[in-house]
Amino acid sequence: MHENRIYGINGPVVTVKGRTSLEMMEMVYVGESRLVGEVIGITDEATTIQVYEETGGLRPGEPVFSTGSPMCVTLGPGLLTNIFDGIERPLRDIEAVSGPFIGRGIDVPAVSKDKKWNVTVKVSAGDTVSPGYIFAECPETAAITHKAMVPAGISGTVTKCASDGEYTVEDTIAEVTDEKGKVHPLTLMQRWPIRNPRPVAKRIPSDKPLITGQRIIDTVFPVAKGGAAAIPGGFGTGKTMTQHQLAKWCDADIIIYVGCGERGNEMTQVLTEFSEIVDPKSGNPLLDRTVLIANTSNMPVAAREASIYTGITLAEYYRDMGYHTALMADSTSRWAEALREISGRLEEMPADEGFPAYLPSRLSEFYERSGYFENLNGSEGSVTLIGAVSPQGSDFSEPVTQNTKRFTRCFWALDKSLAYARHYPAINWNNSYSEYLGDLADWYRDNVDKNFIKYREELCALLAEESNLMEIVKLIGSDVLPDDQKLIIEIARVIRVGFLQQNAFHKDDTFVPIEKQFKMMEIILYFYHRCQEVIVRQIPISKLTATGIFDKLVKMKYNIPNDSPEMFDRLKKEIDDGVNAILH
Amino acid sequence: MIIQHLKLSQINGSLAVIDGVENPSYEEMAVLHLDDGTTRTGRVVKIEGNRVTLQVFEGTRGIAMDNVKTSLLGEGMKLSLSPEILGRVFDGLGRPADSLGEVFPTVRRDVNGSPINPVSREYPRNFIQTGISSIDALATLIRGQKLPIFSGSGMKHNELAVQIVRQSTLADSEDFAIVFAAMGVKNDVAQYFRSSFTAANVMNRVVMFLNLANDPIIERIMTPKCALTAAEYLAFDLGKHVLVVMTDMTSYAEAVREYSSSRGEIPSRKGFPGYLYSDLAALYERAGMIKGKKGSVTQIPILTMPNDDITHPVPDLTGYITEGQIVLSRGLDSAGVYPPVGVLESLSRLMKDGIGEGYTREDHQPLANQLLATYAKVQDAKALASVIGEDELSPSDKLLLDFGKKFESKFINQDFYENRTITQTLDLGWELLSMLPRSELDRVDDAILDKYYKN
Repeated sequence: MHENRIYGINGPVVTVKGRTSLEMMEMVYVGESRLVGEVIGITDEATTIQVYEETGGLRPGEPVFSTGSPMCVTLGPGLLTNIFDGIERPLRDIEAVSGPFIGRGIDVPAVSKDKKWNVTVKVSAGDTVSPGYIFAECPETAAITHKAMVPAGISGTVTKCASDGEYTVEDTIAEVTDEKGKVHPLTLMQRWPIRNPRPVAKRIPSDKPLITGQRIIDTVFPVAKGGAAAIPGGFGTGKTMTQHQLAKWCDADIIIYVGCGERGNEMTQVLTEFSEIVDPKSGNPLLDRTVLIANTSNMPVAAREASIYTGITLAEYYRDMGYHTALMADSTSRWAEALREISGRLEEMPADEGFPAYLPSRLSEFYERSGYFENLNGSEGSVTLIGAVSPQGSDFSEPVTQNTKRFTRCFWALDKSLAYARHYPAINWNNSYSEYLGDLADWYRDNVDKNFIKYREELCALLAEESNLMEIVKLIGSDVLPDDQKLIIEIARVIRVGFLQQNAFHKDDTFVPIEKQFKMMEIILYFYHRCQEVIVRQIPISKLTATGIFDKLVKMKYNIPNDSPEMFDRLKKEIDDGVNAILH
Repeated sequence: MIIQHLKLSQINGSLAVIDGVENPSYEEMAVLHLDDGTTRTGRVVKIEGNRVTLQVFEGTRGIAMDNVKTSLLGEGMKLSLSPEILGRVFDGLGRPADSLGEVFPTVRRDVNGSPINPVSREYPRNFIQTGISSIDALATLIRGQKLPIFSGSGMKHNELAVQIVRQSTLADSEDFAIVFAAMGVKNDVAQYFRSSFTAANVMNRVVMFLNLANDPIIERIMTPKCALTAAEYLAFDLGKHVLVVMTDMTSYAEAVREYSSSRGEIPSRKGFPGYLYSDLAALYERAGMIKGKKGSVTQIPILTMPNDDITHPVPDLTGYITEGQIVLSRGLDSAGVYPPVGVLESLSRLMKDGIGEGYTREDHQPLANQLLATYAKVQDAKALASVIGEDELSPSDKLLLDFGKKFESKFINQDFYENRTITQTLDLGWELLSMLPRSELDRVDDAILDKYYKN
């Protein structure tokens, strides 16, 4: 067999001439400096490789080394709290090797091979095991127990197992003998090709919401655990801010945060902030449940394409242990653009706006990896996907937004004019939607209040009514409206400013428990109904505004702490007193 | 020994193809010696076996298949750097353009740079006082930030950039430097910057890279790379706080487009190549601070929006990469407001962590939110007034209009030489807000209102 040598170089695309024994999607090392690459096209004339690192300085004639396996990630304890590049190389270790600037051809293991884990062995000799079976556990961080599972393709009888103790990821914990008598050693570590979904027993319909503490999401447009949501928005509308809020406060067990083609400073911010903020549920730093994947916009474009798959594979791995995981991808548009860039270098026929024709199928493959599952080992886990979309020119009709819309059931449309008025989160209530509402209705009824869904509809109806009225107000001003319509405008202002708007920098308002969200919604509607009593008696609305209750409701998010629900009763009494005084 | 290749096999736009090259390396530099004694510079952009495609920076005019001898230099483009570059002027490819001769290098750096490891970055938090109210209060500049100015032809972006440079660096004494990169701007503009730097007495701290409107277009692609390589050297080797002014990024992007189309690449929006985002990001992401290093690189790129269209690919992609933007407004400009900063569209993403107690003042963020929210309402009132006439407005809308006028004429508007401290700016903001009834101020909590609201 002749050795593979570089023939052509064009940006991140390298070709090897003639027939080769390389496989499609195989991972290869390119050149003397061993740059990581992946085979993306084979003909009998040439094999095409996309290289995940800068190709400057490569020469034709340099060797291409085959690895015989597709692009894989390493799975094992030590992933949490870590920050990786798009192909799972730990950035802290890269810093130790090449300093503050990222060098090329650096080969560092994804998880430390020296660190010893305190392992509890969960099998004994004679047990029958199959893929997904949990054979050992170790505390990975203070909050999360790592469960080592039998890798795919291995089943049989445990013939040997170690006792509890300190082991590295390479030490053999147990040995499994299969039907053919072959012995497979089991370690804490396994590998998985990133483009293949990890197997599950079955998909289960999800009826639990992912609670995020953000009112516009939890109350108005909820996403289910195991659901998929898209956040499209032009620059400056707060996509990243919303993703950060979700990563901080949502009630998933594990967060995978993929910074795909975004700013370096943002990743630094997540890294520092998450190690400082304490998770209210566990009392540990948020970083303890987080894996960060950073392929910033100036890092090689091909690795950007891989980073999304690396992220979702890690999420699926923790799901297999029975955890609820959430993956934030910021931004999927950069990933789509990476596809376009590579496609252009391959001189493929472009479809919409230069994007390749396979863009929709790649997007659907990605979003379909979300879901609520019964795992092979019988546990239940979920992967929730939240993808930011950066539409070109803030135009939602562009291909990435449109195709994402088809494969996600939750759409949080960010709006420039709301962002300009500093209304955050700038999720526009008129053109966002959540298809999960029906699936989750029972949960809200059983766990929050039987009236939750009814109140939510009433709230939305008021907002819709307001937006109709505003069309008139824009033309003739609000003075000419009858008092009942003026009341709708006033109460909608309370909903917009007091309820939908949420201050991420306020200690109470940054995360609001669902019970308080309900109380807030309830009291706004209660006040509205009391006001209607006043209006039907032809009493002018100015008497109501003079009570100052509207402003009290707007500021209740700051003035009522999250742990003092009894203060809502006091507020209710104030409303009764104020309204009764007008009525009598 | 350097081999000279005698013939070319193809010439197309700025690209020249040579066959039979032994052992070329990707992105290495080349020199083309023409028979008339002049030389041009090229770079390897594509290799297929022994066939090499060169990008010729000065263009291919006058080159024939056989009037040129080419030598490959064996290494990528490097810039010679030493502390002496301060006060010097270079052309778009980093060659001295003043009469002071070559730079004696202490180091030579690859102009492409390497990405900064996010782990090694220091998150920028130091507020830079520019003395301009609209920026300091509402879109604060932070040391290590990349904050572009989105402008249009004929607006005062150059003046604004000069005022920022003058007022933000002078306070800083010793360890600052300015790197100025001109891409496709007119001679007058470069001259304006030069004389302004001289007038501000900072010329000995400035490094200029000039690729003017009449200079070779392909060279323009390298100009910001050279400038940022110099900036990184000054910041991270010499520990200086570097302010990089790059103008005009639209011309730069157009040069990239011209080059891309000559290569026959598939265009995406408006003919720009699909990789424009990555290309711009590779420049903008070179701003920042590094843990354990003293210096910083702060970027103020300037770009003109063709036809004032903020959705044009260049401002659009820039906005997705940079940490905010300062958008100049045609309406304010024609109303005679200077600087004509459209405060609603402008934004600084790093502001939230660099202001407030311990940095500026505890009321800064709520004040900024309130000013912007109120000014957004002013726009609604204005729209209504244009339909039904100002007389028909409700008293509260009239008050809003009055606030809007004062906000534009007193707060946004200031003199080219007026340098306001942050305290003056914030107090001015409260003075204006105090025109409105307290119940209108729904973005500020009561404790802050009690302290600053004066009515």
